[in-house]
Amino acid sequence: MQQAIRICNKELKDYFISPIAYIVISIFLLVTGWFFFTTFFYYNQADLRNFFGLLPITFAFLIPAVTMRLFSEEMNVGSYELLLTLPVTFKDILLGKFLAGVLFVAAALVPTLAYPICIAFMGDLDWGPVAGGYLGALLLGAAFVAVGLFSSSLTRNQIIAFIVGTAICFSLTLIDKMLFFFPSSLLGVIGYLGADFHFQNIAKGIVDSRDILYFLSVVFIGLYGTHLVMQEKS
Amino acid sequence: MIHVENLTKYYNDFCAVDRISVDIHKGEVLGLLGPNGAGKTTTLRMLTGYFMPTSGTIRVKDYLLDENLLEIKKLMGYLPESAPLYHNMLVFDYLDYVAKIRGLDKDQRAVRIRQLVDLCGLGEIMHRSIHELSKGLNQRVGLAHAMMTDPEILILDEPTSGLDPNQIVEIREIIRKIGEEKTVILSTHILSEVEATCDRVVIINNGKIVADDHVENLKQTAGQKHFIHLELCNAGFQEVCRGLNGIEGVVNTEQIDDTPGSSLRVRLACESAVDLRETIYQTIKQTSWVLIGFHLETKTLENIFRELTKED
Repeated sequence: MQQAIRICNKELKDYFISPIAYIVISIFLLVTGWFFFTTFFYYNQADLRNFFGLLPITFAFLIPAVTMRLFSEEMNVGSYELLLTLPVTFKDILLGKFLAGVLFVAAALVPTLAYPICIAFMGDLDWGPVAGGYLGALLLGAAFVAVGLFSSSLTRNQIIAFIVGTAICFSLTLIDKMLFFFPSSLLGVIGYLGADFHFQNIAKGIVDSRDILYFLSVVFIGLYGTHLVMQEKS
Repeated sequence: MIHVENLTKYYNDFCAVDRISVDIHKGEVLGLLGPNGAGKTTTLRMLTGYFMPTSGTIRVKDYLLDENLLEIKKLMGYLPESAPLYHNMLVFDYLDYVAKIRGLDKDQRAVRIRQLVDLCGLGEIMHRSIHELSKGLNQRVGLAHAMMTDPEILILDEPTSGLDPNQIVEIREIIRKIGEEKTVILSTHILSEVEATCDRVVIINNGKIVADDHVENLKQTAGQKHFIHLELCNAGFQEVCRGLNGIEGVVNTEQIDDTPGSSLRVRLACESAVDLRETIYQTIKQTSWVLIGFHLETKTLENIFRELTKED
């Protein structure tokens, strides 16, 4: 565990000493801020529903861009060989990189706390859905980071890792909007697979164990998939 | 120290390493020699636990590789081929990170990094980014990486590849210094490197061990003939042939350099049981030839290597 934290520290440091972190976070704030505030004043309602409504799609693009380098770059440069021959287990590496991704998502979300604080001055803000929304955002972020890690482990090409990661995250987000393509017997199952569906439940302020379980299982499947892929490579 | 038995590695159907067994003792500098694609890197990667062997066992001290990999990793320092370091980090940050992962605390880190800076000559470049470094400097940082905890076993994959002659000498010097106390395994296809640094050499070809001996023994045993070079003035090749082939033990005579007007250079192949130098000298003394060059060709590792790894 200690080793995982050290690896996580190193990865985070990598993000924040290079321009990646600042570019990604600026774009994230720009996009979410723009879409949120252009319509915010029409509704004349003190809530963050629009902000959280868009979050899954923004994350589906943004998170794979952050995670694409985690394994691909190491394999491309060859430093993975050095890392794996240090006294660490693969679990440490995986966990460290996953944590770094999640913390990065958290760091990107922190500046958006300014939105609810501003809104609280303007109107009567219900903090329940806001807290739920941020919890949901973290869970969603963690799930997408796990998916991104998985796609990064598949290839040594970062661009392919990004595209595969985005494709999976995007499908997970939109699948419950595409239900009319599927036979009615599968609707329940496929509807349940939608990340957006579970996220919006939590963002309403309803913290249901089913939704939490959904995100945790996506995290688990993503990480386990990565484990299998990397095991296969050695 | 390290006990390897029937180590085999298949990449799909291709057999990269074929039932290698070798014992490496404490304090030995072992050179793993072989042409490109012989399986050197694969063997080293299995020793360090980066690749899992298809079959066979590796035992380091009392640890089995597939059971106590973490303990073994703690004993080993490894420098992969061309030292693929994180190129976006500063040299100091990188070494500090490695020291942290290796479990050194803050004070130990400071002391150890300073020692390594002296040993590997990194003083000037500690605050430069790794991607700016030349190949030789990069290699030295890699060496510092491998020696971080003063490991008992040091595994170096082609440590001098891509370096200039001065750097090669420096790196060899470092390796020899470490080799006095530690077990070092290094792979290379440069033969003079093995002669300069190793006690023992294992030659592999097509994934199999074709020779495993001390450098000196190997030089003595391989090959049945030795060669004597002569340089003569005032002599024709035909008469030299006639004169020298008569000596018992000389197998044949060949002319090496036939530029007209210059001296005659010949190479005599002799049976290695007896030293014929004196007889040859006596023979020449009775003729009118002028002897201006006379030396015995010592068996080089190069000849041995070529003999052993020749494709049939």
